[in-house]
Amino acid sequence: MDIHEYQAKKILSDFGVKIPTGGIVYSPENAENKAREIGGSKWVVKAQVHSGARGKAGGIIICNSPLEVADATDKLLGKKLITNQTGPEGKIINRIYIEEATDIKHELYLGLVFDRSSESIMVVASTEGGMSVEEISKEKPETIIRSKIEVAVGIQQFQAREIAFGLGIESKLISRAANTIIGCYKAFSELDATMVEVNPLVVSHQDEILALDCKMSFDNNAMFRRDEIAELRDKTQENSNEVYASDRGMNYVSLDGNIGNIINGAGLAMASMDMIKLAGGEPANFLDVGGGATPEKIVKAFKLISMDTKVKVILVNIFAGINRCDWVAEGIVQALSKIEIKHPLVIRLAGTNVEKGNEILKKSNINYIEASTLEDAANKAVKALG
Amino acid sequence: MSIIIHKNTKILVQGFTGKIGSFHAEEMIKYGSNVVGGVTPGKGGMTHLNLPVFNTVKEAVDQTGASTSILFVPPAFAADSAMEAADAGIKTCVAITDGIPSHDMVKIKRYMRRYPKDKKMGLVGPNCAGIISPGKSMLGIMPGHIYKEGKIGIVSRSGTLGYEAAQQLKDLEIGVSTSVGIGGDPINGSSFRDIIEKFENDDETIAVLMIGEIGGPQEVEAGKFAKENMSKPVIAYIAGLTAPKGRVMGHAGAIVSAYGESAIEKVELLKECGVTISKNPSVMGETVKKVLVENNLN
Repeated sequence: MDIHEYQAKKILSDFGVKIPTGGIVYSPENAENKAREIGGSKWVVKAQVHSGARGKAGGIIICNSPLEVADATDKLLGKKLITNQTGPEGKIINRIYIEEATDIKHELYLGLVFDRSSESIMVVASTEGGMSVEEISKEKPETIIRSKIEVAVGIQQFQAREIAFGLGIESKLISRAANTIIGCYKAFSELDATMVEVNPLVVSHQDEILALDCKMSFDNNAMFRRDEIAELRDKTQENSNEVYASDRGMNYVSLDGNIGNIINGAGLAMASMDMIKLAGGEPANFLDVGGGATPEKIVKAFKLISMDTKVKVILVNIFAGINRCDWVAEGIVQALSKIEIKHPLVIRLAGTNVEKGNEILKKSNINYIEASTLEDAANKAVKALG
Repeated sequence: MSIIIHKNTKILVQGFTGKIGSFHAEEMIKYGSNVVGGVTPGKGGMTHLNLPVFNTVKEAVDQTGASTSILFVPPAFAADSAMEAADAGIKTCVAITDGIPSHDMVKIKRYMRRYPKDKKMGLVGPNCAGIISPGKSMLGIMPGHIYKEGKIGIVSRSGTLGYEAAQQLKDLEIGVSTSVGIGGDPINGSSFRDIIEKFENDDETIAVLMIGEIGGPQEVEAGKFAKENMSKPVIAYIAGLTAPKGRVMGHAGAIVSAYGESAIEKVELLKECGVTISKNPSVMGETVKKVLVENNLN
């Protein structure tokens, strides 16, 4: 689960990381007042959307008066911001963060992730702040500092100091920088985060160390014990079909193609998408209805797929194990008696009682194309596009 | 032989009396697995499915001599149960539970480090289908009858894709020595490398089918291990060719976030290690057959 920049900054500030003074606003009048309240002579107006690269997309505006702040807010609110990470549909701007401008001396990069090889928390830092970590790895890999943290004892002062010295921070600011790194680590480890990225982390001309921008992601599996994080979720930043699916216990990812998929199991779903591509088609979605593929889930899955206007053909691929094919077939027949499907439908059943399952489908009055293997199903789905 | 579980392996069910635990315990017993009892704290002394229920894993191990357990405990309590199994001297624990937080998985793995190698539990999963040695024992939630007894080792992240492979092999009259589901989570108990090493050391297994997917370094690490240490052929399929970067594809671990984690990159790196690639998921069985013929193993 992702959260907004201002939410992430608030969390970091609770862990002792310094952030510029700022506040969230929902209207231009609000924004003007907030700018006066913050004071100073220069402000940054920042669109709050779940995406990086907002600056390049026009989502961050520097202003020299409270009136300019109000204008900038007016310009951004309610618009969709299209960045290189949002896809062509963009993301709606419903909240604006107003912040005092910072007098930047150096821009640094600081990130924390789970390292899947060592199964520890990895701190990644670089002197090249402001660039994405991918760009840094490509263009300035020599500037990258990596430090593995033993989770059983947590980050130690010396490790944080080493990173700070490695970033070339002046001696008098070392302990401040080390505490910033430790604060980020604590936020990561105490709140079930999966990613904390401060980019840039800046050293100001006033010798402050500040988190200027921050992204945080959290482990969806840990939300049962993180009410305070779960309530930060902003569904307006997610694809509406994906929200519909996740609220109903299904895993759905919207894609660009036109062949809709209903599949049980994440691996089989990925494999079916691959087969569609190899057959010359493009999947419209990834959808895992779960290993069980119960009739209720299948009804919901058909509803979900029929909400997607891109879809021209629907492919159902179920490998029934414990839940036999005859039972799954009955679920499909039941689902189709409740929803009208206008597009060609390809169904491939496999596993336990496959003959019985196919017989049930044949005897019903549903209009479909039967497929035997994964490959056959993908070929028939592509052919049905016409 | 097979790996990890055999005909007489004594099995405990953790989360025995719950709905899911009961259902799958019954399926395992029907298959012929030697389930000797279960653990549900607070229900010790009861009898469930004609088997004894214990309050603690330690007590259950003392009284039944069980060496293996399967976990159906809900996510919030699963880490605690896995550590309890490790402390009670269980040799292999299969965690079926889906939804264990990553921070908990890291904690379990650190906890298990306190035991010397010969006493350390092997954890398989979580979020997996479990293990089956066809015709001998089933320690999982898979449909047992789709597996034919034989000589191919299967190791898969995905449950259903593992079933797909077993069915394709069976249709070609090729059997399986053991099939292990290692699960779709980013941090899991046993890696591909851990399992293929066991297959290399198993007399009965003649070749290994590895079914991986996008995300993480494990498939490539296993490939490197195979190149340096394995005499048996390894065949692999990697799912997620069409998966967009940076998106989680159902499994919490199926996300491309670094170089070498996409399906195309994994396939290239595995080829360099001498692993035979099944070019699509429909020909996993055929590819295994071809490799067996080429190596005079059929």
